[in-house]
Amino acid sequence: MREIFVVVERSKDGFDESALELLTAARGLGEATVSAVLMGADVADLASEAAQWFDSVYVFDDPALAQPDGDLQSRILAPLIDREKPLVTLVPHTNTGLELTPMLSVRAGTPLIADAMAIESCAAGDCEAGVECIRAVRAVFGGKVQARVSAIPAENGVMISVRPGAYAPADTAPGTGGVVHSETIPEGVAPRRQYVETVAPDPGAVDISQAEVLVAIGRGIEDEENLDDLRSLADAMGAEVACTRPVVDKKWLEKTRQVGTSGVTVKPRVYLALGISGSFQHLGGVKGDPFIAAINTDPSAPIFGVADVGIVGDILDLIPLLEEKIRERRS
Amino acid sequence: MEIIVCIRRVPDLSEAEIEIGRDGVSLDDDDLDYDVNEWDNFAIEAAVQLKEEHGGRVTAMTVGDEESEDVLRRALAMGADEAVHLMDDAFDGSDALGTATILQRAIADRPYDLILTGAISGDQARGHVGPMLAAMLDIPMVALATELSVEGGTATVQHEVEGGLERITRMVLPALVTAQTGLNEPRYVSIRGIRKVSGMEIPVQEAGDLDLDGSQVGVAASAVTVEEIFLPPRGGGAEMLEGSEETVVQKLVERLQQEGAF
Amino acid sequence: MTPAPAAQTYLGLSGPALQLVLLILSLGAFSFIMWKRFGLLRLGAPDPRFDHLGTRLAKLLVVGFGQSRQPRYAVAGILHILIFFGFLILSVRSITLIGEAFQPGFSDIGPGYSSVKDVTALVVLICCLIAIVRRAIFRPARYRDRHAHSSHAHEAYIILGLIALLMVADAVYEGSAMVLADADANAFLPLASGASQVLAGGATGTLEVLHLAGFWVHNAALLFFLCYLPVSKHFHVITALPNVFHLNLKPVGKIKPPRHDEADLDKIEALGVEKLEDFTWKHILDFYSCTDCGRCSDHCPAYFTGTPLSPRMISIKCRDAAYSGYPIIGRRKPKEEQPVLVGETIADEELWACTTCGACEEACPILIEYVDKIVDMRRYLVDEGRVPASLQKPLADLEKRGNPYGKPPRKRAAWIGVRTLAPGDKTDHLFFTDSCAAYDPRIQETAGAFARVMTAAGADIGTLGKDEVDSGHEVRRLGEEGLFEELRDTNLEALGAREFQSVVTTDPHAFNALTHSYGLEQPVRHHSQVMAELMRNGKLDLQAPDDDRVYTFHDPCYLGRHNGEYEAPREVLDRLGLRTVEMERSRNRSFCCGGGSLYLFYEGESESRMGEVRVEMAEKAGAQVVVTACPFCLINLEDAIKTTGRDGSMEVVDLAELVDRSLSTPAAAPAIAIAGGQATPGPQTD
Repeated sequence: MREIFVVVERSKDGFDESALELLTAARGLGEATVSAVLMGADVADLASEAAQWFDSVYVFDDPALAQPDGDLQSRILAPLIDREKPLVTLVPHTNTGLELTPMLSVRAGTPLIADAMAIESCAAGDCEAGVECIRAVRAVFGGKVQARVSAIPAENGVMISVRPGAYAPADTAPGTGGVVHSETIPEGVAPRRQYVETVAPDPGAVDISQAEVLVAIGRGIEDEENLDDLRSLADAMGAEVACTRPVVDKKWLEKTRQVGTSGVTVKPRVYLALGISGSFQHLGGVKGDPFIAAINTDPSAPIFGVADVGIVGDILDLIPLLEEKIRERRS
Repeated sequence: MEIIVCIRRVPDLSEAEIEIGRDGVSLDDDDLDYDVNEWDNFAIEAAVQLKEEHGGRVTAMTVGDEESEDVLRRALAMGADEAVHLMDDAFDGSDALGTATILQRAIADRPYDLILTGAISGDQARGHVGPMLAAMLDIPMVALATELSVEGGTATVQHEVEGGLERITRMVLPALVTAQTGLNEPRYVSIRGIRKVSGMEIPVQEAGDLDLDGSQVGVAASAVTVEEIFLPPRGGGAEMLEGSEETVVQKLVERLQQEGAF
Repeated sequence: MTPAPAAQTYLGLSGPALQLVLLILSLGAFSFIMWKRFGLLRLGAPDPRFDHLGTRLAKLLVVGFGQSRQPRYAVAGILHILIFFGFLILSVRSITLIGEAFQPGFSDIGPGYSSVKDVTALVVLICCLIAIVRRAIFRPARYRDRHAHSSHAHEAYIILGLIALLMVADAVYEGSAMVLADADANAFLPLASGASQVLAGGATGTLEVLHLAGFWVHNAALLFFLCYLPVSKHFHVITALPNVFHLNLKPVGKIKPPRHDEADLDKIEALGVEKLEDFTWKHILDFYSCTDCGRCSDHCPAYFTGTPLSPRMISIKCRDAAYSGYPIIGRRKPKEEQPVLVGETIADEELWACTTCGACEEACPILIEYVDKIVDMRRYLVDEGRVPASLQKPLADLEKRGNPYGKPPRKRAAWIGVRTLAPGDKTDHLFFTDSCAAYDPRIQETAGAFARVMTAAGADIGTLGKDEVDSGHEVRRLGEEGLFEELRDTNLEALGAREFQSVVTTDPHAFNALTHSYGLEQPVRHHSQVMAELMRNGKLDLQAPDDDRVYTFHDPCYLGRHNGEYEAPREVLDRLGLRTVEMERSRNRSFCCGGGSLYLFYEGESESRMGEVRVEMAEKAGAQVVVTACPFCLINLEDAIKTTGRDGSMEVVDLAELVDRSLSTPAAAPAIAIAGGQATPGPQTD
C-alpha cells in the first residue's frame, strides 16, 4: 500500500493544527497509509497522541531536536524517505517548513511543490504525461494569479508544502491506533546550527507590511477607547491592526500601523476597511489587489469604488457584531 | 570575508494589471516593470555592510536573460566588487531546483564564507533556491533573517519563526542565510551611481562553462510542470450588502471566511 | 589745561609711539586673522558672483546700506538701523581719534560734525542699553534656538558692551575736557554735556586722568573691537556688505548647478557637499556673515512644526566648524580629527525636513542663501545612497514610471477631456499637467475645471498625454540630479515633437521647473496668470457669485516667493467679486503648506503639520474658504481641515474650480478630438 508522509510540527501545546489539516489533504489523495513524522525531544506522549490520528508514526526523539533545525531535520529525514519511499511527503508551509522542505527535497531527490492550496492525485489515464502524477493549485505573482501545477513522482515520491488553513483539520480518528516506530538519528548526523534563544520582537515595532489579513481603521472610530473593540475583532480574526494617517496624528496608534503613500505599503490577501473614506493617499499604500471589505456611514465614500464588498453602516455598532459572528464560526 | 549574493530580476506586480499570456502559463509582460527582487535587495545591502565592516569581497550572481544584467549593475552600484551573469538559453524555464543547480556549479569552485539571498521572490514566493543551494553545497543555513552579524568565522542570525516570535541561531561559516524584508535599510542607488558602474565588465557563464545540459536545467528538466495559470474570478465594483445589521454582518463574515480572512 | 594725549608720555613711550605700537599690534593681528579667514574662502568651490555690477551695487545700496529688510521686526530692526547708521557716522570720529594720538587737534573737525557725532553717540548708547535690557530681561523667543547645543549669546553682550564702552569712553574724554575748559553745557552736545555734568565736581588732577583714560580706553576698545569681529559672530560687521553685494542674482526658483566649473554630471568626481570646503566660496562667506539673529528659523515652517531643521543652526554650525577647523592659531585640523559635517554636525534628518519653501532666504536681512546649500548637501547624501526609505520608493517609481505614485504611464492622460497631442500636432496652449493632476483623483478635478474654463474662453489647449513624465522639480531639489536630467530630457523630447505657442500648468512646481530649468523658447504661465488675463480681456462669461463667505488666498511657495507672482490670483478673486481677507504671513511671507520635497511621502519626525498650522491661520483671519493654486497646497490643506475637525466650517478650493463654478453657462464637454481619430480616453487608452 502506498504511503503518505505528514511532517508534524510542534506547537506550545502539542502538535500543531496543521498536522490534522495535512491529514485531511492526505486522505484526499486516495487509499494510502498516512504516517506522521515527528521530531523533537521528550515527545513520547506526543507520539502516542499522533498515533490516534495517523496509521503510523515515525518518531525521532532526541535532545538535538529540541528546537526546529531545518538543516538537521532534512539530513535526518532524507534517509527515512529513501527507505520507505512514500508517494507523497506533506509539510506545512510555515517559516520552519521554509527551511526544511527545500533542503529535504534536494537530499531525498524529490520534486517539490510549494504552498499548495489544493492537491489531488491523478491516475495515469487522466494525466497529460501519461503517468500517474500529483497535481496542486497554488498562488503565484503576489497572489493575484493561481497556477495549476503537476509533478511526476520520483523514486522517493513527491514533496508538497501545504498552505496552513487551506484544508479543514481532520475531525475523525482512523479508529485503530497507529503503530509508533521509534527512529534514531543516522550515524554521523549532528547539528551544524547552535540555538541561542527565542526572542519576542519589540511589540512596538510591528511590521504590518507582511501581514496577510489586515483590519484597518480610519477616523470613523471616533474615539480612542473604541479601539479596544477593534483590537478584539482583529484578535478574533488573527489579523493585524492597521490605520489611516488621521488616527496616527491623534496618536491613537503607532506610525508603524499607518497604511498609505507616506506610511507602510501592504500586500494583504484580505483588507477590512472600517470607517475609512478611501483617500488616494491611503489606498496608495494598498498593493496587490486584495479582497477589500469596507464599512462606512457614507455611501459615496471612495472606498466603495475599490472594495469588493461594502456595507453602509456605523462601525461602532457593527464591529462587536462582526467579532461575535467570527468567533462563532471559528469555534 | 568572501560573500556571494544570489539575486534575481522579477516583475513588479503591485500596480500592474495582470494579463495571462497567450501560452496560458506565463504573464503577458508588455506592460510590466522589472526590478531586483525586494528580498534580494536586503541581501545585497547586508553583504555590502558586512564587507564594509570586516573587509573582503562581495560577488553578485544572477541566473537570467540579458535584461538581468540590470540587477547586477545595481548590486555593483551598491558596493558589490564583482558580478557574474549566468546566462544561456538552456537555462530558460528552469525551476527552483534547476536554478539552484546552476548557482551551485558557479559557486562550487569559488572561495566563499557566506552566501546571502532573499528569503522568497516577489513573483513565485516559494523560497526554495536558497535552502536548495545550501543542501547542494552541504552547508548549514538559516532562513528569514531579521538581523545578521559575523564575528570570527561565526554568523549570528536572528530569524523569524512561528507565532510572531524570532529565534537567535549561530552557525560556523561557511553558511547560507536568506534575508527577510527589514533586515536593514538598503541604500539608495542614484542614476549617477548606476552610470558610474556602467563600464564595469560582467563576465557571462554559459551552460558549457558550468558543465550543464538540458537534462539538468531548463524547462524539460523541471520536475514541476505548470499546466496553466488563471485569474481567480472577481467582480467589478463593491457588492453592497443589504439587510438588517444581523444579516449584513452574517453575509460579510461568510465572504471573509471564503477569502481566507480567518 | 586739557592734556593732549599726543603730548603725554606713558611708561617712557610718547603718545604717537604708543599709538603706533597699538596700531601695529592690532592691525597686524587683524590682518593675520583676516588672512586666515580668507584662506578657507579660497578653498571653496567656484561661484560666479562678479557679474551685473550695476545691479549688485544697487542691491548693496538698498538692502545693505539701506537696511531695507531690517524694519520687518520693528523693535530689533529700528535698534539695528540706528546702531548701523550710528556706526557709519561715528567712523569718521573713530579715525580722527586715532590721529589725535599723533597730532593734537586732529579730531577737531568742526562744530557741525561734533554735534552730529555727539547726538549719534547718545542715540547709539541708548540703543545698546535697550538692546542689552531686551536681551537679558525680556528674552525674545527668537534669540534662542531649540536645537542649539551651545549659546553664542555671550558674544552679543560683549559687542553691545564694547559699543557702549566706546560711547562712554568718548563721552568721558569730551565731558572731562568740557569741565576742564569750564565750558557750558550745550544742547548740541547732549552726551558730552551729560558727561560733564556727571564729572562736574571732580578735582583737576582726576579730570585730567579721566580725560586721558577716556581717550586711550576708546582707542584700545576700538582696536580690540576690530580684532574681535572676525573671531565672533559679529564678523558680519565686516562681511555683511560684501555678502549683500555678492547676492544670488539668478531667479530665486532656480537651483545652482552641482558645480559651476563642470557641466557634465558624470564627470564630477564627488557630487554635492560633504565637507566645508565643498561649499562655494560665497556660501562660506554666508557662514561668516550669519549673525545668529534667528529670523530665518522664525519663518521656517519646518522649524515651526518641530522637525530637526533650523536653518539658522545650519549657518551657525558650519561657521563653528569653519572656526574650529581652520583656527587662527595653529594648523588646520587633519580630516580625521574633524567631525563629519554632513551626517554628524548636520544630521541627515535636518536636511530631509526642508520643503525648499525659501521663507528663510526671504527673511534674512543680509541675503544669506539656504536652499542651494541644502540641495547641495542632499546631492551628497543621494550619491552615497543615504536616502530615507520612505523617499526611495517614489524616486524609484519616478524613474521607472515617470510619476511618484508608481501608477502606469499609459494612464497618465486617461482622466481628462482635453485633447492629447500626438507628435507633430499643434495647439496654442500646451497644458503640462504634471503627476498630481494626472493621477490624484482630487487634483484631476482641478485640472478638469481649468480645462472647462479654457474651453469656455474658446482657447485651444492640449496635453502631452502619456509622453509626459514628471517635471522632476522635486527630484532635483531632493538632490537626485541624474534622475532630474533624465525626466527633463524625456519631457523636452516630448515637447520638441509638438508645436505650441505657450505652456500652461496648474502646478507651480512644474511652472517653476519649466520656467527656469527647461530652457523653453515659448513662455510658460501658471493657470492663475492665464485666467486673470482671460478675465481682463473679457473672454469669460461669469456670473456674480451667490456666496457671502470670506475667502483667503494661500500663496504657494513656488508661485509667490520663488516667482514673484502674487497679483494674478488676487486679480481673479477680485474679478469674481468675492469677499477676501489676507492671512498673516501672506505674499512673500506665506507659510508653506508642507508640500515640497515629496513631503507627501516622507516620514520625518515633527510635532505638528504645516498644513494644520496654515488652516489655523486662515481661521484666525476670519476666512471660511481657503483658495489655493497648487495641488500640494490643496491636498495638504484639505487634509488639515479634516484632521482638525473643520470639515463643516471651512473649505479648500482651487482657483480654477472657483472660476469654473462661476461660469454662466457651464462649458459643454469639450470636443474630445484626439489627433489621429483614436478612441476616447478611458482606462484602456492605446
